[in-house]
Amino acid sequence: MPKVQATSSGESVTYKEICVDKPVKIEVKHLNFYYGKVQALQDNSLDFHINEVSALIGPSGCGKSTFLRCLNRMNDLISISRVEGNILLDGLDIYDPSVDVVMLRSRIGMVFQKPNPFPKTIFENVAYGLRVNGFKNKTFIEQRVEESLKLSAIWDEVKDRIHKSALELSGGQQQRVCIARALAVEPEILLMDEPCSALDPIATQKIEELIHQLKKSFTIIIVTHNMQQAARVSDITAFFYMGRLIEKGGTDTIFTRPKLKQTQDYITGRFG
Amino acid sequence: MSVSVPSLQRRRNFLQKIVFNVFRLASLINGLALFIIVYFIVAKGWKAINWTFLTQPPVDSMTKGGILPCIVGTLCLSIGAILIAMPIGVASAIYLNEYARPGPLIRVIRLGINNLAGIPSIVFGLFGLAFFVVWLKMGVSIIAGALTLGAMSLPVIIGTTEEALRAVPDTYREASLGLGATKWQTIYRVVLPTALPGILTGTILGISRAAGETAPIMFTAAVFFTPIMPSSIFDEVMALPYHIYVLATAGTEIEATRHLQYGTALVLIFLVLGMNLIAIIYRSRLRKRMQ
Repeated sequence: MPKVQATSSGESVTYKEICVDKPVKIEVKHLNFYYGKVQALQDNSLDFHINEVSALIGPSGCGKSTFLRCLNRMNDLISISRVEGNILLDGLDIYDPSVDVVMLRSRIGMVFQKPNPFPKTIFENVAYGLRVNGFKNKTFIEQRVEESLKLSAIWDEVKDRIHKSALELSGGQQQRVCIARALAVEPEILLMDEPCSALDPIATQKIEELIHQLKKSFTIIIVTHNMQQAARVSDITAFFYMGRLIEKGGTDTIFTRPKLKQTQDYITGRFG
Repeated sequence: MSVSVPSLQRRRNFLQKIVFNVFRLASLINGLALFIIVYFIVAKGWKAINWTFLTQPPVDSMTKGGILPCIVGTLCLSIGAILIAMPIGVASAIYLNEYARPGPLIRVIRLGINNLAGIPSIVFGLFGLAFFVVWLKMGVSIIAGALTLGAMSLPVIIGTTEEALRAVPDTYREASLGLGATKWQTIYRVVLPTALPGILTGTILGISRAAGETAPIMFTAAVFFTPIMPSSIFDEVMALPYHIYVLATAGTEIEATRHLQYGTALVLIFLVLGMNLIAIIYRSRLRKRMQ
């Protein structure tokens, strides 16, 4: 394949316009990532701003999920992995040895590809993050659980069976409970790894509406395979290919006037 | 090119039928074996079972009376073995499956566990005699027998626990860690509760297998005859498998006590099947509660 040009020059005007007055939340600088000897990410730099939804798109195996998982150090779980470069959260490097990874992860919520509620009640699922973070006050926990479920637009559907198993819910409901579970610990950032790929169109629509709501309070980064979804929910779109960030910009620009042919080919479905 | 040649298809279908029937026969033999064993023991032993048999100690050189001390002894040994082997086995399995990073040390430990499973039970008995009874000066006692049986069941417990832990989806672990839980909180609050049904079943199956063993307890815990009930873990006891062995090989009236031997075997089988049944019922109830 042809060499692609450096990412920083791929920045579009609209991107700058959108982000000009929003402070930077996460700053990724020259991120390299290796699984053993295989390099999965090559020199990627990208900023994420407060109250903005960024979509990471690209064909399977392009590294977008790996990139997402670097942001809350979930890749630490893979023993042969190695990270180079810097990821600054509010200016502090999250890979600095002095950083407590457990504390870090409570500031960054994550929603996974398949709904993965614990085999516990709906209430215990949402309360889980509070309990492990040392909250004991019963009324406080009950209140926060209710707030989180309301915020996730699932409260009305589950309020009568909140002490029943979360596994009894439908896939779309489970996913919103998982979002509530992530929101309960009041994270600053929400990472979503293809949150709708296992859901039907109606459940997907609900989650997308939810993302619009949540953007007011969180910085959201979403990985998706669904072009329309990226176009619908995100302000910023970043296109990854073969472990490289190829192009990033305002979502409208990327989808209407991408700078690079590769991006256009992918968006219009010519490959990927 | 034609896709289906009728004769070829017939031949393939015929072959398929034969193979499936051979497999069916193989699995039938399994069920049949259990049925024959149980039928044989019940047919020959049920006449010996009565209230006296279950609630009295043996009398008249063990040719009459009951087997209560043996039942109590076997129960003590089994419960003791569970209490010893379950914490150690589950802890090792958690370490191996959740914490340990692959390396030479882990390979050696796994090799050790696998080989432990292959050691003959009589060797465990001799080891128990040399180590627990003599060297640690425990004497022939419940504790020495329970430790020996526990050591014998460890590989089974570790194996089934590891299997149960592996069956817990990784995404549960990731979700928990992603919420700011520590690794231990994740294991304690999510992984273990999810794996618990499998762990308990494995443990009880391992122990019930060991409970029927004669060789590991004949030097470490069991005695030929004692009319008194154990009052501490340092007492020696009678035990069902050893009692059968004694009656069948070293009694004064081997032929005359045949029905007692079968009766004892029947009690032992029901005790073991009962333990397995409890494990299975408990597991299915736990699973239901989780869904």
